[in-house]
Amino acid sequence: MSASFLFRRLVYGLVLMLGVVVLNFILIRLAPGDPAVVIAGEMGGGDAALLDAIRAQYGLDKPLLTQLGIYLGSILQGDLGQSFFFNQPVATLIGNRIGPTILLVLSAQVLSILLGVFLGVIAARKPNGVLSGVVSVVATVGYAVPVFWTGIMLIILFASVFPIFPVEGMQSVRLRDAGLWVRSVDIAHHLVLPAFTLALIYLAQYARLSRASMLDVLGSDYIRTARAKGAPEHSILFKHALRNASLPILTVAGLQFGNLISGALLVETVFNWPGMGRLAFESILRRDYPTVLGVLFFASAMVVVANLLTDLSYRLADPRLRGKT
Amino acid sequence: MTDAVAFKPESPAREAWRMFRRNIPAMIGVVVLSIIVLATLWGTFFFAGNPYEIVWAPHEAPGVAPEFLLGTDYLGRDIFAGLVTGGGPTLAVGAAAAAITMVIGISLGALAGFYGGWVDNLLMRITEFFQVLPTLLFAMVLVTLFSPTLTTIALAIGVVSWPQTARLTRAEVMKIKELEYVTAARAIGAKNRRIIWQVILPNAAPPLIVSATLTIGVAILFEAGLSFLGLGDPNTMSWGLMIGSNRAYILDAWWPVTFPGLAIFLTVFSVSLIGDGLNDAFNPKLRER
Repeated sequence: MSASFLFRRLVYGLVLMLGVVVLNFILIRLAPGDPAVVIAGEMGGGDAALLDAIRAQYGLDKPLLTQLGIYLGSILQGDLGQSFFFNQPVATLIGNRIGPTILLVLSAQVLSILLGVFLGVIAARKPNGVLSGVVSVVATVGYAVPVFWTGIMLIILFASVFPIFPVEGMQSVRLRDAGLWVRSVDIAHHLVLPAFTLALIYLAQYARLSRASMLDVLGSDYIRTARAKGAPEHSILFKHALRNASLPILTVAGLQFGNLISGALLVETVFNWPGMGRLAFESILRRDYPTVLGVLFFASAMVVVANLLTDLSYRLADPRLRGKT
Repeated sequence: MTDAVAFKPESPAREAWRMFRRNIPAMIGVVVLSIIVLATLWGTFFFAGNPYEIVWAPHEAPGVAPEFLLGTDYLGRDIFAGLVTGGGPTLAVGAAAAAITMVIGISLGALAGFYGGWVDNLLMRITEFFQVLPTLLFAMVLVTLFSPTLTTIALAIGVVSWPQTARLTRAEVMKIKELEYVTAARAIGAKNRRIIWQVILPNAAPPLIVSATLTIGVAILFEAGLSFLGLGDPNTMSWGLMIGSNRAYILDAWWPVTFPGLAIFLTVFSVSLIGDGLNDAFNPKLRER
């Protein structure tokens, strides 16, 4: 992997983020009403002098391009503005919420890839077998179920019928002050249902994709060679074939990341998971635009980073790409 | 097959229809979707009940009162009435959003794939930019900034979901434009616009039709998600709204959230069965997959 490739991807990622900033700026301008009046209203109303003061403070009396420059400058300094509702810096608010979201999204991603690929590989062994049929049906069902509804159904099931998993929040109140180990177990226990709900949609897609990809690879000559030299079946499947079949899976995993964040928004709302998505949802209901746009900025940054990592891992996984820039 | 050669060859569309008709899951999808669409049409135009009207005690279980087959919600409103009247907005927004997605995606993808060079570069950068934005969050922002009517919701869903269609169209157009019949069309003096719209795109239709079907499913889920969050049109009943407004009481009554969810699931499920069936019908060689 060449340094120039890495550098160019980084620059490209930054350009995309710049685009997100400009879009955010345009969206703020589109928000109904005079921003100064909105801010004054949140502060409990005000007279003309206060409005002028607010305009001067936020630079609203300057030309649009200058305002964009000011906005950009403050974002570069890590200042995403002030939440109308909490009266706290948006960056601080999101900082408190980003951890739970990353935890949820990454667990769902890992869970769906591991389980999905495993099911897909098994199904590929017998393309017309029962398991293959089950995988196709599960894939179609997983695609068609609204994720928020799956969450609700699981809550009903696990709250009243099998009360073995907590259905709300991220931590038990009584364990807040417990040791690190106890708290981690408690969080993991709370994570089970939200992560599984989120993973379910994508699990099905990975199963389907890896099945198709494996069927492609299993027909190739080097698999026949591996069989001919007497390699055991599990080694052929998981070592020889899966390694080559994994490239499309990797591509999709990267592309899915943005959708995963959207899904997390719904799942966080259903399970009261204290993440960024629920913050965005609550802020939208409160018309707290700085917070909403701050979340949009952070979520986009997460997607850019995920795409960058996908690109890099793609090059690690496929030696043919390594020399190229 | 040897007999068929002696006769006039079957047109590709006919052949695809013949394959599709034999596909049992796809036909189940057609039947289920037809039932849902008919019920929705009936509910929209002929159903006399009012889904907002309080008709019975709250949380009456399904089957207890014969006139309220699916029970009542937390306010005592008839769930069956909500289902048949709420389907209309859900399906209409889904279909309109899918149409907007396809129009934007196909236009931009066709331009990028056909002209290549800087046009392609520019359009693909724009596409990548839109792919970075988390779709649901971006749509939520758009819907709140402009008032949440059915039109803005459909537009918002279309604006956030076209990139995948654009990429698919671009790939297809790039593949087809190298084929001989495109050269032939150019040789007889066809202009670029005519080549794109009348030569290339009709030949790219099969994958685009399949993608359109799947897009409808995604758009319906999208609309349901927005209404569930309470960001839909507040003046229209919809399946997502029914789930959202009954969410606080799920541990008291399972039916007000279960039935609308089932309706969404069955709709999207049958749409995707149809999509899979079309895919198999257009690509008979891929059927073994």
